[in-house]
Amino acid sequence: MKRIATTFAALCLTATAATAEVAPTDVAFEDGAVALSLTGSAGNADEGRKIMTSKSSGNCVSCHSADAYADVPFHGEVGPILDGAGSRWTQAELRGLVVNPKMMFEGTVMPAFYKVDGYTRPGDAYTGKAAPADLPPLLTAAQVEDVVAYLMTLTDE
Amino acid sequence: ALTFAAPVVADEDAELVINGDIEIVTKTAAPEHLSDVMDEILSGWRFRSDETQAMEMDDFDNPGMLGAEEGMALFEASWGSEGKACADCHDGPESLSEVRATYPKWNEGAGEVRTIQMQVNDCLTTKMGADAEKYDSGKMLNLEAMLASVARGTPVNVTIDGPAAATWEQGKEIYYTRYGQLELSCANCHEDNYGNLIRADHLSQGQINGFPTYRLKNAKLNGTHSRFKGCIRDTRAETFSPGSPEFVALELYVASRGNGLSVEGPSVRN
Ligand code: HEC
Ligand code: HEC
Ligand code: HEC
Repeated sequence: MKRIATTFAALCLTATAATAEVAPTDVAFEDGAVALSLTGSAGNADEGRKIMTSKSSGNCVSCHSADAYADVPFHGEVGPILDGAGSRWTQAELRGLVVNPKMMFEGTVMPAFYKVDGYTRPGDAYTGKAAPADLPPLLTAAQVEDVVAYLMTLTDE
Repeated sequence: ALTFAAPVVADEDAELVINGDIEIVTKTAAPEHLSDVMDEILSGWRFRSDETQAMEMDDFDNPGMLGAEEGMALFEASWGSEGKACADCHDGPESLSEVRATYPKWNEGAGEVRTIQMQVNDCLTTKMGADAEKYDSGKMLNLEAMLASVARGTPVNVTIDGPAAATWEQGKEIYYTRYGQLELSCANCHEDNYGNLIRADHLSQGQINGFPTYRLKNAKLNGTHSRFKGCIRDTRAETFSPGSPEFVALELYVASRGNGLSVEGPSVRN
């Protein structure tokens, strides 16, 4: 009984800490998937669509096409078509794929969107200059959750 | 059916003949050293739209030829304290028609692999009493365009063994390194994905047989090292500088991937 109580207390603690976001270096993977929301809450699918399709943000469209965002011009062909991704993968798998797809597909050309270290000559965005010491990830925790929420809507009817 | 706004993609079977006369090999068997990764090498010309392709088929339509003409004028002008012109020592650009196809090349006296621009700077500083030109400067690119124009149609044939081998290996390593926050290597785009669209860009093999290239995007001649810099910058990486030892090595390696394609510069690209 005492044991259960402590576990419960620990869980409460994690829950409070989770509102402070999981840092890029603390993300826990299991078989390429990430079970827990990085922000502790669900993302916004409409925001996710914008992030995926705008060049200045996630720019997923530069490699992936999808009927779901056919209104956006110039879809790339480097990655698979994303229609149906929400049926092919679980939410945890999709989160893992956006955080760091190399954990699922070894050597993939797809970048890791929530990672801050392990780079060769990282730069400061597109300036060609060296990265600052506190290089931010490509997407924030909240943006990753937004993208995951949108991917979950891309189901096969 | 998918109805994306797709950019215009070129006719894959078009052949390039310049001025109805100079036949350009834009597709041929890959050199031996690439046999485990690809069978065929293709010039960037094959990946451009019909209109861009057409601009290169006639010197009057090729804006890069204006640079070659200016290069010709520079070749005959004297620069520097010695009062000498290139033409005083070199018997016209035709006497240098082997250059574009064989550079970067090992220079025995200097004990280094030299690009054309390094060699020209050596002539400028040690023989003409002139200041070195900045890498990929307008003058350098005009001279390079002139040297390329007299070499059009000859097969690229850079030497990768002997004393050049170490530099070539260094270039190869750079080619396959995944730089920047996007962790992309040259090979990820130009070996694994040529023929695919990345956003609106139709990826080519990233060959340099057409350099210097006149790009419609910035309306001027562009050098290989500046192109490399742009591609590395696009991986959100800290780039190397034009003229750096890294880019000299990369130029030798990338040139060798095009051994067998014709010299095509000054080419036209978007
Ligand atoms: C540089 C190219 C590139 C970019 C940019 C990119 N991806 Fe990918 N992605 C790929 C490739 C290639 C694969 C296939 C995995 C493999 O086998 O390498 C993939 C796989 C995926 C998959 C699983 C494929 C499926 O449908 O079954 C999802 C989901 C995905 N990407 C989402 C995204 C999202 C979301 C973004 C942007 C935040 C993104 N990708 C950005 C190249 C890219
Ligand atoms: C005073 C004589 C002199 C002048 C002036 C001169 N060069 Fe040279 N150039 C040489 C010599 C000698 C070599 C051979 C150098 C060597 O192998 O180290 C050479 C080599 C070259 C090469 C390489 C040739 C090859 O086959 O490898 C190029 C290209 C070249 N010069 C271009 C130029 C240009 C362009 C100019 C004017 C900006 C110029 N040179 C001015 C003497 C000169
Ligand atoms: C993120 C993808 C990407 C990466 C990584 C990349 N490039 Fe490119 N590169 C492009 C695009 C897009 C173009 C313009 C279309 C084309 O010709 O492929 C291009 C064009 C080129 C060209 C011009 C080809 C021509 O015919 O005019 C060269 C040369 C080149 N790249 C070399 C390189 C080298 C060397 C590297 C590695 C240092 C590299 N690229 C890395 C995307 C990339």
